[in-house]
Amino acid sequence: MKRIGLWLLIGLLPLQVFALDGEEVMRKSQAAFLYPGNDFKARVVMKLIDKDGQERVREMTMLRKNAGDPGGDQKYFIYFFRPADVKDMSFMIYKYPARDDDRWLFIPAINMVKRIAAQDKRSSFVGSDFTYEDVSGRDIEEDTYVIEREEKVGDRDCYVVKSTPKGSDADFGYKTTWVDKGSFLPLKEEQFDKKGARYKQFTADDVADVNGFPTVIKRTMKNLQTGHRTEVVYLKADYDLGIEDNLFSERFLRQPPHKWVD
Amino acid sequence: MRRAVAAGAVLLVVPLAALAEFTLSGFVQQNSAFNAGAANPDGRHEKWLEERVQLKLDGRGETWHVLAKGDLAYDHLAQEAHSELREGYADHVASDWDIRLGRQIITWGLGDLVFINDVFPKDYEALFAGRPLEYLKLGVDAMKLGVYRELAAFELVVAPSFRASRIPDARRFHLFDPMPAVTNRVTVTPGQGEAGLRIYRDIAGYDAALYLYRGFQRTPAMRPDSLTAPTKITYFYPKLSVYGASLSGRAGDGVLSLEGAYYDSREDRSGNDFTVPNSQSRLLAGYQIQPAEDLSLGFQYYAEYVHHYAAYRAALPAGFPADERWSHTATARLTQFFLHQTLRLSTYASYNASNGDRYLNPELRYSFNDQAWGALGVNVFGGKPWGTFGQLAHDDNVYLQVRYEF
Repeated sequence: MKRIGLWLLIGLLPLQVFALDGEEVMRKSQAAFLYPGNDFKARVVMKLIDKDGQERVREMTMLRKNAGDPGGDQKYFIYFFRPADVKDMSFMIYKYPARDDDRWLFIPAINMVKRIAAQDKRSSFVGSDFTYEDVSGRDIEEDTYVIEREEKVGDRDCYVVKSTPKGSDADFGYKTTWVDKGSFLPLKEEQFDKKGARYKQFTADDVADVNGFPTVIKRTMKNLQTGHRTEVVYLKADYDLGIEDNLFSERFLRQPPHKWVD
Repeated sequence: MRRAVAAGAVLLVVPLAALAEFTLSGFVQQNSAFNAGAANPDGRHEKWLEERVQLKLDGRGETWHVLAKGDLAYDHLAQEAHSELREGYADHVASDWDIRLGRQIITWGLGDLVFINDVFPKDYEALFAGRPLEYLKLGVDAMKLGVYRELAAFELVVAPSFRASRIPDARRFHLFDPMPAVTNRVTVTPGQGEAGLRIYRDIAGYDAALYLYRGFQRTPAMRPDSLTAPTKITYFYPKLSVYGASLSGRAGDGVLSLEGAYYDSREDRSGNDFTVPNSQSRLLAGYQIQPAEDLSLGFQYYAEYVHHYAAYRAALPAGFPADERWSHTATARLTQFFLHQTLRLSTYASYNASNGDRYLNPELRYSFNDQAWGALGVNVFGGKPWGTFGQLAHDDNVYLQVRYEF
């Protein structure tokens, strides 16, 4: 009996590893990258750097709460500190993977909450090289996936997954993601246009353990065609803080609670 | 009410003693607007010419927040300096209610430069003279109580005194005046305050709101002492109640906004007094889409309906321009960002099909860096001489705003 058990175990082990297909890798990667914890908070410093080195800085607090399992709906709350002309602005997103987001913007100068049209998840997030999708994720169902090979990024073993949009309406041809086999975080990603030219590159520049979750605390997105890049650093990142669902409401959009936006 | 205010004040003062976090910020700004066509009625060639400093003090704790925002400006046209408290209030925040006391800017409703349930005071001169958009709104000295329940959120605004909207200065703008010969003019402001209530909640993914207001018209009506031989004109603010609703949410690829209200002209419910605006219904439908990255388009259809039109026409003296029973206005706004959203082109256009009133405002705004930005724009007006925009047909201007924030 014991022997059979052992054989079963040995027989299953490599099978399980090899059974992981491209889609599963990307599902796990999305869960590790964009869904860890029930909720998340970080002070985000975003530097937009042009090819001549001129910098513009956007600084914000970002709060996220998951509605359910990884891959499901999420709510985001973003409060801006810098630059001065957007200070005290807040921005709320209800993200639904399979359909368009709901987005609201609070404009403090005229004390107005405005719902904004959000048709395109591939558009730039606050003028940076990151798109809304890069910040909050792309619906797994929109692409097909193939593990092309396995390769090291630095000293980490990675799956190299090619994702190709199922529809023809996507603005990119395909992308290649280096997913860490241990943490499932994306350590590098290259996006290719429809002609097959590489035009955007993501790198996870620093990964740290935050409250038990491996977290990319420094990342860069570079536009290889324009030379413009955006560096993002998470300060004071934390998980499972017990963010209440009612934070994501017009009341707090107008007046963000002190304890959540420091 | 008074007890609630006193209790609020005590609740505010106690935690102020606790460890606080204060920040001081502000800006310096230059703002000019040059006539593109005719000179002003006073002969000058600028609509606006000023330097301005704003200081903003912001303090926060767990359960409170205070804000004071004050401006100091030098007006080259009037050749005088003036100061203004733009906002100055204190908040107390509890788990399911909060209160704000002091001078505050309140914006209700969904319209883009179309105001139905946004009954709060505005500075139209700021809009027409090319000042930054935030100056379109004026603060009200009020108590605002918010109560947040499962059923809905309630926002009660009580202002002990009335603040009028600011209309363009007759020395700088060519305003329509049916009795230009009468120079003896007095303004009577209401001695009473006003109150408003907004109730809002989510209904199946749509933002729904109800609005109630009891107060006065924000812009003055004018009443001559005699129609045949007038010697004196009295400006006054007729009594008004507004009952309205709004709904906004996703529809197709964009955001749909619907808003409406009944304007109950309590000063003249029969509609027989031509000096008082008739009771009206106001309706707005708006649609906003993002057809491409960094591009958004907004369209609005706005209608006004005069309820006692026959009475209005019967009472209107001969020679006075008459409004139509229905007024239909269409507006469009295009906003396009360039250069990583540091350059913005925005164009707003409004056209009233009933009286030809029209307004066009293209603007280019660029952020030089994280502290400084500048905007260059044009205001173009047209229509009949008595229309809201038509009367300003000789007031087209080019404006410039430059601001350094710290």
